[in-house]
Amino acid sequence: MGEKGEKHKERRAFLKEGLWGVSIAALGGLAGFALTSSSEKKTVWQIDPYKCNSCGRCETRCVLAQSAVKCVQVKAICGYCDLCTGFFESDPVELDTGAENLVCPTGAIQRSFVEDPYFSYAIDEDLCVGCARCVKGCNAFGNGSLFLQIRHNLCLDCNECAIAAACPAQAIRRVPAEEPYILKEVK
Amino acid sequence: MNPMRRTGIILLTALIISLFFCFAAGADTGALRFPPPDFESGYEMPATETPPSASDIYEYLAVIVLAAVLGLGTYFVFTKRKRKYIWGLMIFSLAFFGFWRRGCICPVGATQNITLTIFDQGYAVPVVVIILFLLPLVLSLFWGRIFCGTACPLGAIQDIVLLKPLSVPYWLEVPLRLLGYVYLGMAVLLAVTGAGFIICRYDPFVSFFRFSGSLGALMLGGAFLVVGIFIGRPYCRFLCPYGILLRHLSRISKWKVKISSDECIQCRLCEDSCPFGAIRQPTGEASGEELARRKKMLAVSIVLLPIIVFAGGLGGARISSLLARAHPDVRLADRIYREESGEVAGTTDQSEAFRSTGDQSIESLYELSAEIQATYHQGSRLLGAFLGLVVAASLIRHTVRRRSREYKADPSDCLACGRCFELCPNERLRRQRIKEEEDLRVG
Repeated sequence: MGEKGEKHKERRAFLKEGLWGVSIAALGGLAGFALTSSSEKKTVWQIDPYKCNSCGRCETRCVLAQSAVKCVQVKAICGYCDLCTGFFESDPVELDTGAENLVCPTGAIQRSFVEDPYFSYAIDEDLCVGCARCVKGCNAFGNGSLFLQIRHNLCLDCNECAIAAACPAQAIRRVPAEEPYILKEVK
Repeated sequence: MNPMRRTGIILLTALIISLFFCFAAGADTGALRFPPPDFESGYEMPATETPPSASDIYEYLAVIVLAAVLGLGTYFVFTKRKRKYIWGLMIFSLAFFGFWRRGCICPVGATQNITLTIFDQGYAVPVVVIILFLLPLVLSLFWGRIFCGTACPLGAIQDIVLLKPLSVPYWLEVPLRLLGYVYLGMAVLLAVTGAGFIICRYDPFVSFFRFSGSLGALMLGGAFLVVGIFIGRPYCRFLCPYGILLRHLSRISKWKVKISSDECIQCRLCEDSCPFGAIRQPTGEASGEELARRKKMLAVSIVLLPIIVFAGGLGGARISSLLARAHPDVRLADRIYREESGEVAGTTDQSEAFRSTGDQSIESLYELSAEIQATYHQGSRLLGAFLGLVVAASLIRHTVRRRSREYKADPSDCLACGRCFELCPNERLRRQRIKEEEDLRVG
């Protein structure tokens, strides 16, 4: 039994050594393979405004209590309309800045007079909840200068973005951190 | 409401709508409906603000801290052998990786990124993620699951709520462990097909680290913590997919966590000290009868192995269409098909978005969906066979009798928490010796 037991032990030790070697080689191989297709560049989540269909999930699906998605305004595209459909409800009670007449539920859009007949619109990002109602209005009848973007000073950069997983238009993807925004451009 | 004004708005809306149709052709070439005005008052358009993201430095900091924690953890578990130090390190990791870093990205979730990079050539995984994923695995080949006991914030949050540990009977523990393999297999399949990262999506504790999350996520985490008061680290033991990898590598690790630094005196004090069911009792000598019985069981299990694997593959193939629905494109194609055939009325946000962009024809969507479903067919067959193999291997493992003369921590289950050190009388003597030596030196 003794000799047999010794042999048995030796065999097991040999097997274990072999398995250990295979494992470390496998991990090394995995590292090598992953490194060949790796990138040193960081990536971050961003919304493609040309794909976004302003469904409103950005407001509710972000893991943060207040979404990291905010509406942004590219002024170069804005028409500076008096009757801004991103600002006013389509069927307002009065055409004034009473809350019942406004699209924005939190009053985050600031309207200011520029010169006759133009008004400028700016977003107060502390108030904006990313609900995309103004985006819908601006896209429907305006130039589409209002659109949603993930703000990287707020975004936690989750490994899987909860909004991306819920986005019906699959508009959210990872982009290089050096160019972390997809702003609409004047064509 | 002023009726004049109302009419005015309706007219204006009509005008805008007609303008919209006029410009519909122009929209393709990118012309704006309302050209930006030429301001005369000297108004200048402000640029859009683009706040940058956090610097990469934090990513590399996480790697450095992880390496430091693992190094220190190994030193505490193997040299210092003191629960207090290990606990302290664990609390630090909970604070740093959990509450400060707020979870992402962690080695557990990185499993999916690594899987995706193997199967998807277009996906470039950041180097930091590769290092985070591999560091604990390589370490486990040398010293076992140091990561679980000292560095993982998911483990730490469960460890601190473990107040009234109850032991899970072994016959229940073994099948429960299979859940982890199912979870790992599903996570790999879904990552390969690009359906998403379910390990991150259903992470039960990350919402605590962020102090925010959906109600469902908070309830899931709360349930795990309530169970965790009585059952030690339920997520780590029965679900963690990364734990599965660590478990198998730790089984063949060079050095193993030992309950006693000296020869075991079989005092049985450590017997109930492990809340994770990792301590194995000495087996004693086997009777000839038992050996014969085990031989028979081994023979049966080996015969069963191909049958179970095959059955698993068949079962996997059967549920492949169900699994394929995890992919958004498959769901979308199905929805579009039912809308087209008039089976359902109306549209969803998904189908509306698909139709409005018009980037992709319905036929090509169907083709894509069929391709994905074919991948799922293969994948779920493999998944089923893999799970069958796991079950069969577990059967075989449990028929083989391992002789041991002392109380041992099973390296695949041991999370290197150091609880058993405190109870071992050999350890007490050792610590006393060290203390005396130190006193002498000071004196």
